Amino acid sequence: MRDVMTGSGKELSLPAQIGVALVRLSVSIAIPLLTFLVLWGGFVFLRDSGASQLVITAVAVFWGIGGVVCLYWTAYWFLTRIPKKWRPKVEPYLFIGPAVVALAWFITIPVFRTGYFSFFDRYSENWVGLRNFAYIFTHRTMLIAWRNNVIWLVFGTGFSVLFGFIIAYVADRSRWEVYAKALIFMPMAISMVGASIIWRFVYALNPDIGLLNAIVTAFGGTETNWLIVRPWNNFFLITVFIWGQTGFAMIVLSTAIKGVPVELLEASRVDGANNWVQVTSIVIPYIKSTIMTVSTAIIIASLKTFDVVFTMTQGMDGTEVLASQQYKQMFTYFNYGRGAAIALIILLAVIPVVVYNVLQFRKRGDI
Amino acid sequence: MKKRLVILCIATLILSVGMVSLSAGAQREEEAKPVEIMGPFGGPDEVAFQEILEKFRQKTGIEVYYNADPEFNTQIMVRTRAGNPPDIAAVPQPGTVQALVDQGALTPLPQSIIDLIDNNYAPVWKDLGSFNNQVYGLYHRINSKSWVWYPKQEFEARGYTEPDTWDELIALMDQMVADGITPWSIGIESGGATGWLATDWLEDLMLRTAGPHKYDQWITNELKFDSPEVKHAASYMEEIWMNEDYVLGGTAYIRGTGIGDAIRPLFRDPPEAMLHRQGNFILNDVPGWVADDIDNQVGVFAFPEIDSEWGKPMFGGGDQFVIFDDRPEVLAVMEFLGSWEGARSWAQTGTALFPHQDQDLNDYPSEIMQALATAVIEAEVFRFDASDMMPAEIGAGAFWEGMTDFVTGVPMNTVLSEIQQAWDDLY
Repeated sequence: MRDVMTGSGKELSLPAQIGVALVRLSVSIAIPLLTFLVLWGGFVFLRDSGASQLVITAVAVFWGIGGVVCLYWTAYWFLTRIPKKWRPKVEPYLFIGPAVVALAWFITIPVFRTGYFSFFDRYSENWVGLRNFAYIFTHRTMLIAWRNNVIWLVFGTGFSVLFGFIIAYVADRSRWEVYAKALIFMPMAISMVGASIIWRFVYALNPDIGLLNAIVTAFGGTETNWLIVRPWNNFFLITVFIWGQTGFAMIVLSTAIKGVPVELLEASRVDGANNWVQVTSIVIPYIKSTIMTVSTAIIIASLKTFDVVFTMTQGMDGTEVLASQQYKQMFTYFNYGRGAAIALIILLAVIPVVVYNVLQFRKRGDI
Repeated sequence: MKKRLVILCIATLILSVGMVSLSAGAQREEEAKPVEIMGPFGGPDEVAFQEILEKFRQKTGIEVYYNADPEFNTQIMVRTRAGNPPDIAAVPQPGTVQALVDQGALTPLPQSIIDLIDNNYAPVWKDLGSFNNQVYGLYHRINSKSWVWYPKQEFEARGYTEPDTWDELIALMDQMVADGITPWSIGIESGGATGWLATDWLEDLMLRTAGPHKYDQWITNELKFDSPEVKHAASYMEEIWMNEDYVLGGTAYIRGTGIGDAIRPLFRDPPEAMLHRQGNFILNDVPGWVADDIDNQVGVFAFPEIDSEWGKPMFGGGDQFVIFDDRPEVLAVMEFLGSWEGARSWAQTGTALFPHQDQDLNDYPSEIMQALATAVIEAEVFRFDASDMMPAEIGAGAFWEGMTDFVTGVPMNTVLSEIQQAWDDLY
């Protein structure tokens, strides 16, 4: 009798065949079972153990990495067990599935839940229809937030890209390219909260501490509390954002600028074009798609900006933006309905930009 | 590659089996879960509180620990809704306690603790800890706020006397201006809470011009924010704050100076201002040399009366301890905190006041603190800080922001209307 599983044609006695089948069965169960035990045991330990911090950390690292490896191995082993014809169909779901499920649980479902909550009152008990949305489009504080977000969008993005481009272009031609770029890029390494604290000192009222006031008083001006001067305090906050984002714009645009064919520039030089014409007529059109990509990335960052505003002024004195207002509604006033409504609006505002970005990637063949 | 995977998997397997047995063993050993207290105060307050907890540990052997959280108001709600609350929380705002009670998260205090409160506290403290006709909160550290501080040496050297009424206060201020010194140092900057000092002024003035009953109505918005009574109280505030001669540095200074920094000008050499209205906790922020010699350097008088019918009511705040779980260890901690034993060492630092009736006044290191403590125990009228009692949108939002707007130039009537608008928007 042919042993179908080994496919070797070697004849085995019936007890032996049963034995082999049993072993195979138990191995088949054992592997997923072991994986499950590993993950479960580790989870229980990390949750309940009173062991020292060092032990817990070591175990967590081991468990995390080892667990993922075991999962991979189990998935791979599973693939080899199913009929060959099914394999290509099953494989993608097997490997990408868990990640998609995790993302759905932590991101997609909460998005819809937030949308759902935005139609309810503060503790999500009673339906209030569009009242939350009416609030966020008519209330005085929200109108200030809207206005400020537009300012952030226009000036934050505009100047980041502009300065990024200028520095990239000029540095490209200079001897100190590397140093200049490193210097401009460094602020990106600092979190926005850290940057906000640094700049809060710069704007401090006391000229012994505040750099800006020290300069102003040195030129004979009076010391001012810059962060409360409306509406200019918004621009002082945006400066911090620009300080952080210019490096990003610069790096990306620099690569693109270097990609402009030298022959094109030389040819234009022969035709009598000066630097300005070169820049406006050749370089910028050539790297247009890169400029758009960088701009959209920074637009998204400016629309959801929170750290700078919250750390420096907590949204006081007319500096409120949508994200800081959302935080206040949600966590200070515990009005989940309004907080959810604002979150939803921010998402809706950002979606067109993201969609545009993805379409651009596809066109360029990056995706 | 495959071989390494196998080895890794087996190693992880062995480890996990070991872990499970370890954790099972660990759970068998730990019978009593430590008591977790969560609260907003850090820094020197936390140090003092930890000392008290240490005394408790030594006395009872029960394990207890305190978590300070600067984002306390947010975190306590987040943790409660996540089903992971602490065992005890020290809550400075009754409004927050009400919100927790409404969510069914708190356990009412058992009769043994209520008896303790009846024995050792004036009735007002039981009322302030009661919500929905049940007692939830036990008060520990409190503060009283209706005080005006001055640099004693300079004050007496210039021949000034403590004013008793508003008119005397104005006369004193005018005298100071004539003598070439600025009367008041005021600062409201406090990060996201900027403006609360201004709300304190308005609360003192409301108590003195409209009386405690109207004050209570004001808290629940039965008395509207833009009503004549509130406008009347606010006008007294404008009289001082908006007068460049009366306040050091004018409104820019008020807006930009931090809460703890505003008392410093009183103790410069020579003093740059003479008066500072603030709660008793400001004694934490006086310069070191002042703290060392406090009874000689610092003078204090109660915020003057305006309408003799109302006299000088006192208002303040306090941390009330509420419980999420009523197991014996938790109750033991609460009992400890409700007796003088659980407060003495903090009182000895000279930076805190307590409502406990069994307190020993000699435990306070300075005459000033003893005087303040006596005033608290004997107070007939004590009201809780209004902005702490109002809903968060108002008390931690519109009210603070409105007062800050007033300092930066928005007319008071506009500010009051906007705060009232915020009340109307609540749902």
